[in-house]
Amino acid sequence: MGAAIEVTDLAKAYGELQAVDGVTFDVGEGEFFGILGPNGAGKTTILEMVEGLRRPDAGTITLLGESPWPRNPGLLPRIGVQLQSTAFFERLTAREQIRTMASLYAVGPDVADGWLERVGLGDKADTRVGDLSGGQAQRLSIACALVHDPEVVFLDEPTAALDPQARRNLWELLAGLNDSGRTVVLTTHYMDEAEALCDRVAIIDHGRILELDTPANLVRGLDAPTRITVATGQLTPEEAGAIAGVDEVLEDPAGVVLSTREPVAVLTALAQQEHLAGIQVQTGTLEDVFLSLTGREYRA
Amino acid sequence: MRRRSAFTALSLAIVRGFLRDRASVFFAIVFPLMFLVLFGGLFADQSQSKVDMLQVGGVSFIDEMPAGEKAAFAETFDITRTDDLDAAIAEVKKGDADVAVEMQGDTLVAHYTQTDQVKAAVTQGVLQAFVDSTNVALSGRPPTYRLEAERVEDDSLKTIQYVTPGLLGWAVAMSASFGAAATLNGWRNSKLLRRLQLSPVSTNTLVGARVSVTVGVALTQMAIFLGLGVAAFGLRLTGAWPAAVPLLVVGTLCFMSIGMLAGAVAKTTEGAVNMANFIVLPMAFLSGSFFPLDAAPAWLQAVAHVLPLWWLNQGMLDVMVRGEPASAALLPILVLAAFAAVVTATSAKLFRWETT
Repeated sequence: MGAAIEVTDLAKAYGELQAVDGVTFDVGEGEFFGILGPNGAGKTTILEMVEGLRRPDAGTITLLGESPWPRNPGLLPRIGVQLQSTAFFERLTAREQIRTMASLYAVGPDVADGWLERVGLGDKADTRVGDLSGGQAQRLSIACALVHDPEVVFLDEPTAALDPQARRNLWELLAGLNDSGRTVVLTTHYMDEAEALCDRVAIIDHGRILELDTPANLVRGLDAPTRITVATGQLTPEEAGAIAGVDEVLEDPAGVVLSTREPVAVLTALAQQEHLAGIQVQTGTLEDVFLSLTGREYRA
Repeated sequence: MRRRSAFTALSLAIVRGFLRDRASVFFAIVFPLMFLVLFGGLFADQSQSKVDMLQVGGVSFIDEMPAGEKAAFAETFDITRTDDLDAAIAEVKKGDADVAVEMQGDTLVAHYTQTDQVKAAVTQGVLQAFVDSTNVALSGRPPTYRLEAERVEDDSLKTIQYVTPGLLGWAVAMSASFGAAATLNGWRNSKLLRRLQLSPVSTNTLVGARVSVTVGVALTQMAIFLGLGVAAFGLRLTGAWPAAVPLLVVGTLCFMSIGMLAGAVAKTTEGAVNMANFIVLPMAFLSGSFFPLDAAPAWLQAVAHVLPLWWLNQGMLDVMVRGEPASAALLPILVLAAFAAVVTATSAKLFRWETT
């Protein structure tokens, strides 16, 4: 598997602010790659330089074997872009919108209509873009990014400003995007989103990559305890503290919370005591990774 | 289904966006047309209204008038018959009628009011003239002297002749500058411009589509204005009027560049349109779009000469209604083209991708 994107020592400053400060990463063909970080971390600037919208101050970018800067018309039909805000022609319907976009890539209206169906907007085809809900507008802009079947697609915070339900719905669509070997690069400031969708995640803060690995490896490398919550009324804190392997016991409204670094042993013990009804097990998350990397709570 | 070219697809998207924006259509077409109807319809007919005449009893002088003369008489007087002299005079006193006439033997007596001096003079003069000519006719001798009156102004100086080119110039200036300002600013703020930059469409195609639509709108405005003017308000175009087409196209480009300047400088779309309006509306007044500048002070007329809309208006007046040859449009075209080039270069320099 070759690299679809190679980025080396990338840097960009806006006046005094060093927005991107020596970033290096590769994205493999067919990979679902996440760039994760809080607002203002430099995610969008990195993405815009890789897309060819901005000129880097320093460093090199190779996108599908070519340089994206200056504007490279040969490269543009091979990439698809969804920008942070939903960039639409005013007062067009969803169908007119995607057909117009399709025409710019010499793609026919039938293909455009097919994408509208595929993102679940078939019944909204005649709705003006301004009347779509936030989630529908994001689906339309994702469909517009994919209408010419690009090899690499860039999605800049596709779930920003959506309610949790709409976010989850969109994940199903996003998860299938690299099925056909397409490379996907996604920026997000949601930890759970990166965890659910990405093959590998680069955690960015202050324009630098703090860590780059699969979500599982990132969490595994983290020395974070597993938290097991036993529903109220089944176990007293004293009984819980007596189980071998339990490091710490807390009480919260949901029940008794056991911290452990030996979850298998503790869960076995709980099973033997028949306390498994309503049990919740929470392993380390990217939030914990971020906390351990930066020493501060993750702020979205 | 047929696949559209990028140029066609973009143009169609822009046209749809325009036609579905009621405010744009209103300000481009309906609003200036309201002015055309106002100026053309209300101010065009400057002639006096008829004199209201009350005829008391039989007035042989009027009743026995030959048909031809009676028609001429009826052009000046609106005759109402009555039998009550006192009531008729009372009506004239109140101002409800302008004159009451009665026969006393061979004398035609006219009771008139001085309230409207013009009508009073017209009444006396016309009645005297009719009495005199009747006397002459009764004498059986042909009149020795004849009067033939001719107005020095021909019809081409009617109000509609002046206001149509000026209002058309204003309408085109508005829609071209507003359209460019709103498009540049709106597309930048929605990141559509960025999105198009990342599609394989060339800048030439994009700009070409936007310019074609605006020029198309301007020519539509021209067709509506001239069509309505000719059909409804007696507008008469002189020989070289087709020369106004290239003039209007260059004028459209010039005002698009002004709109682009506003769009490049302003942060929001509303701000951009307001700024374009702030430039175009005063310019319309100073360029004589609404009324002639002949009576304006010399310094104001001098200021007008540096405004692109003045050149557009003068050029259109020359070739459309003043009967000048097509070559009269040449200088305005050059001036407008120079304006467009300078302002476009300025707005390209001032343009920023980011608004913050």
